[in-house]
Amino acid sequence: MSAVVIVGAGPAGIRAAQTLVEHGVHPVLIDEASQGGGQIYRRQPANFTRPARQLYGFEARKASALHQTLDALAGQIDYRPGTLVWNAEHGALDTLRDGHAAHLPYQRLIIATGATDRVLPVPGWTLPGVYTLGAAQIALKHQGCAIGERVLFCGSGPLLYLVAYQYAKAGAKVLGVLDSAPFSAQCRALPELLEQPATLGKGLYYRAWLSAHGVPVHQGATLERIEGGQQVQRAVWRKGDQLHDTECDALAFAHALRSETQLADLLGCAFEWSTLNRAWLPRRDQAGRSSEHDVYLAGDGAGIMGADAAEMAGERAALALLQDLGQTVDPQRCRTLEKRLTRIGRFREGLEAAFPFPEHWAEQAPDDLVVCRCEEISVGELRAVVGEGHWEINRAKAHCRVGMGRCQGRMCGAAAAEIIAHCSGKALHEVGRLRAQAPIKPLPFGVEHDA
Amino acid sequence: MSPWIESEVIVMGAGIVGASAALALARRGHSVTLLERGFCGAQSSGVNYGGVRRQGRSLAQLPLSQRAHQIWGELPALIGIDGEYLRSGHLKLARSEADFVALQGYEAASRDHGLDLQLLDRAALRARYPWVGEIAVGASYCADDGHANPRLVSPAFARAARQQGARVIEQAGDSRVEHDGQRFILHTQSGLRLRAPWLLNCAGAWAADLAAQFGEPVPMESGHPAMLVTEPLPWVMNASTGVEGGGIYARQVARGNCVLGGGRGFALDAQRARPGQSAVLAILRNAVELYPFLAGTQAIRTWSGTEGYLPDHEPVIGASTTQPGLLHGFGFAGAGFQIGPAVGEALAELVCDGASRQPIEAFSIRRFQVRHDLASNH
Repeated sequence: MSAVVIVGAGPAGIRAAQTLVEHGVHPVLIDEASQGGGQIYRRQPANFTRPARQLYGFEARKASALHQTLDALAGQIDYRPGTLVWNAEHGALDTLRDGHAAHLPYQRLIIATGATDRVLPVPGWTLPGVYTLGAAQIALKHQGCAIGERVLFCGSGPLLYLVAYQYAKAGAKVLGVLDSAPFSAQCRALPELLEQPATLGKGLYYRAWLSAHGVPVHQGATLERIEGGQQVQRAVWRKGDQLHDTECDALAFAHALRSETQLADLLGCAFEWSTLNRAWLPRRDQAGRSSEHDVYLAGDGAGIMGADAAEMAGERAALALLQDLGQTVDPQRCRTLEKRLTRIGRFREGLEAAFPFPEHWAEQAPDDLVVCRCEEISVGELRAVVGEGHWEINRAKAHCRVGMGRCQGRMCGAAAAEIIAHCSGKALHEVGRLRAQAPIKPLPFGVEHDA
Repeated sequence: MSPWIESEVIVMGAGIVGASAALALARRGHSVTLLERGFCGAQSSGVNYGGVRRQGRSLAQLPLSQRAHQIWGELPALIGIDGEYLRSGHLKLARSEADFVALQGYEAASRDHGLDLQLLDRAALRARYPWVGEIAVGASYCADDGHANPRLVSPAFARAARQQGARVIEQAGDSRVEHDGQRFILHTQSGLRLRAPWLLNCAGAWAADLAAQFGEPVPMESGHPAMLVTEPLPWVMNASTGVEGGGIYARQVARGNCVLGGGRGFALDAQRARPGQSAVLAILRNAVELYPFLAGTQAIRTWSGTEGYLPDHEPVIGASTTQPGLLHGFGFAGAGFQIGPAVGEALAELVCDGASRQPIEAFSIRRFQVRHDLASNH
C-alpha cells in the first residue's frame, strides 16, 4: 500500500508526523531543507555551536522541543531531507534529490509547505544588499551572518520587529525600524491582540528593547526608494510630509508573509478568497481537510497563522487523516486544538489590523519600478497590458511575462495582482491567481530517474 | 433579455483561425462578431510551441501554407506587432539514414511549392550548426521558416479584428446554437443573444460538437503536447528545429530561453491540460543528445494545451455539406499556428466570394461523411 506522505518538516509537518506515529502510522516526511525545523526553527549547520537560546530567543524552548520530536521519530518515519517536490499528479508526487528524480505515490497527503515573504517592491529593491526580512533572518539564524554592517529594517508585520531585535541582539548595527503601519492602527487592534497576551507581550518587548537600546523605531514610515550604485548606499523614506534618508549598506523589507500554495494547486484543491491574507488560498475545513479527499492542509502554507498555530494545525490535520482512515482519535483533543486555533485566528485578525496592508502601494508605484525581477518587467509595462484590457492575472502574464521567470511568480505575484487590480479597477480577488505550473522550482536537464 | 446582437457573420472561437477570419471579414467591410468562450488566443493558439514552419506539412497544405507565409511576412502591418516573429530558418533533423532518406523524399516531392529546402549531410550539418548533437546524421533546412511568440500573435489577431470594426466578445461561456431556417441563433452562457446568417466554426478542439449538431460528426480527438521552457541561456540556436519521425523540437527566443516540446501530456478537464511528469522527464533526459548545450541548464516552466486531431491529421476547412451558411475551420493536429492566418482568410473568401483563392477541397468535412455512409451500408 502506498504511503501517507507529509510535505514540509516545519512546525506543522513535524507535529503531523509525530501524531501519525503515535497512532501507528509511519509517514514519509519530505523536506526541501537539509535539516528539519522549517524557516522559523531552522537549524544551524552541523559544525555551528550557538545555543538554542541565542538562536531562537523566547522561542528556544519550542524550537528545541520540535527538533527533539523530529530526532526522536528517526527510524519510525521515512524522512527525506534535501528533497524538492517539483510536481504532483494522479495521486503521486514527483521529487528531486541530489539530481535524482523519483515518483512517490501517496495514499494520503498532508501539505505543510509554509510561507515566504510578501514583497512590495520599491525603486532600488533589486540592488545587492537588499533582502527580504525572512532572508535576513535566515542568514543570521542559519549561518550566523548579518546581511550588512549597518542595516535598516522596513515594511510591516511582526517579523519586522523580531528580526531587528535579533540583529541588534547579535551585535549588528541596526540603524532603525521603519514600520509602514501607524501607531493608531496598533492601538485599535489591541482588543484582538489581547487574545494572545504572551505573543503580544513578546512583540511589545522587542519594540521596547529596541527603543531602550537606542534603535530608532518609526511608525507610519514608508520606504520610498533605495539608492546606490553597485550596492545599497541609502534608503529614502517618508513620514507624513517629510522625506528622510538613512545611509546604510544593507536593508531588509517585507510586508508580512504569503502562503506557498503551488502544490495544493497542482493537486486540484479548490481555492477560496481570503480577505485577511489578501490571497486565494486552498480551502480547508477546521480540521485541515482540503476539497480533495486524500489531501490535507496545515500550517502557513494554507493561510498565515504563525508557528504555534502550525503545530496545532499539523496535529489536527493528522488526526483528521487518521479519522478518515477509520482510526479512533481523542475527540476532546480535536476540539481543544480547534478551539485554540480559533483563538489564534482572532489574534491573527488583530495583527492584520495592527499591521495593515499599505493600500496606496499600487497607486504610488512608479512606472519604471521593476515588479518582476526575473523577467525584468516594470510596473509601467504591466499597466500598459492592463490598459489593453487584460485584467486577469494569467492573461497579463501571457502578454507581458510578469511572473513567467525563474520564481514563477512566487516573488512578484502578490505585487502584480495589486497593480492589476488598482489599474483595472477590479477587486483584488477578481484578478485571480497565477496558475501553478510544474516545476514548482527549476528542474535540471540530464536529471537521472527511475523507470 | 439582452437585445439581439446582429451581424452578418458570427465566428465561434477566437483562436488564430477564428480571429484571422474575423479580421479578414472586417477588413472587407462585413459586420462580424468574434465570440470567445474564454479569452482570445488563450487556448492552443496562444500556448503552442510557436513554430512558424511550412517544411514537413502535407503537400495538400502547402498552397495555404505558402499564402500564410506571405501573411506572416506582413505581420506588423496586419496586427500591429511583430509578435517576435523571426525567419530563423527551420532545421529538420534526421537521426538515422532512413530518416534522412525520408527528408530527401520530402524535398523532391515538395520541390514545386517553392520551399527551397536544402539537404545537409552530416558534414554540412556539423559545419553550419555545431550545436546540434552527434546523434543527428543529416538535416533538411528551410531558410525562410522560423518561429514566433504565440502568446502575443494570436491575441493580436483578435485585437486587430476589433480595431477593424469586428465585435469581439470574450468570456461568453458555452453557447447554444440553433438555426431558424434563415439565421443562426446563439444564446451564450453569459446571457447574450446573437443572430447571423453565417456561422464560422473555428472552435478548435471543441469544434466537433457543433459539427455533430448539424449532422456532420467527425472522429476528432484531443491531444496535449508537452512543452517546457528553460531559463535564459547564451545565444546558441540560430535555427528552429524539429526531428523527422517525431521527437523533441526546440527553438531559442531572443531573450535566451529555449522552448522545447515533445511527447504527450494529459487532460486535466475538458479545457485544461498538463504535460505530465513522464513527458517532462523524457524531454529533460533526451533533449541533451540532440541539443548538448542544454546539459546542466534548468527548465523553469512546463505547459500543455488542447489540440484537435482527426485520424488523417489533416484539418477540416470549408463549407458544411448539411447546413448552408455554416463553415468549418478546425482540427489542425497541433500544426495550426503557421497556417491559421491563411485559413482564416480562406474562410472569409468563402463568405465574400463563394470560393477561396487557395485549394481547400482536400480538407472538406465530406471525407468523414463518406466513411459514415459506407459504415451504414454494411
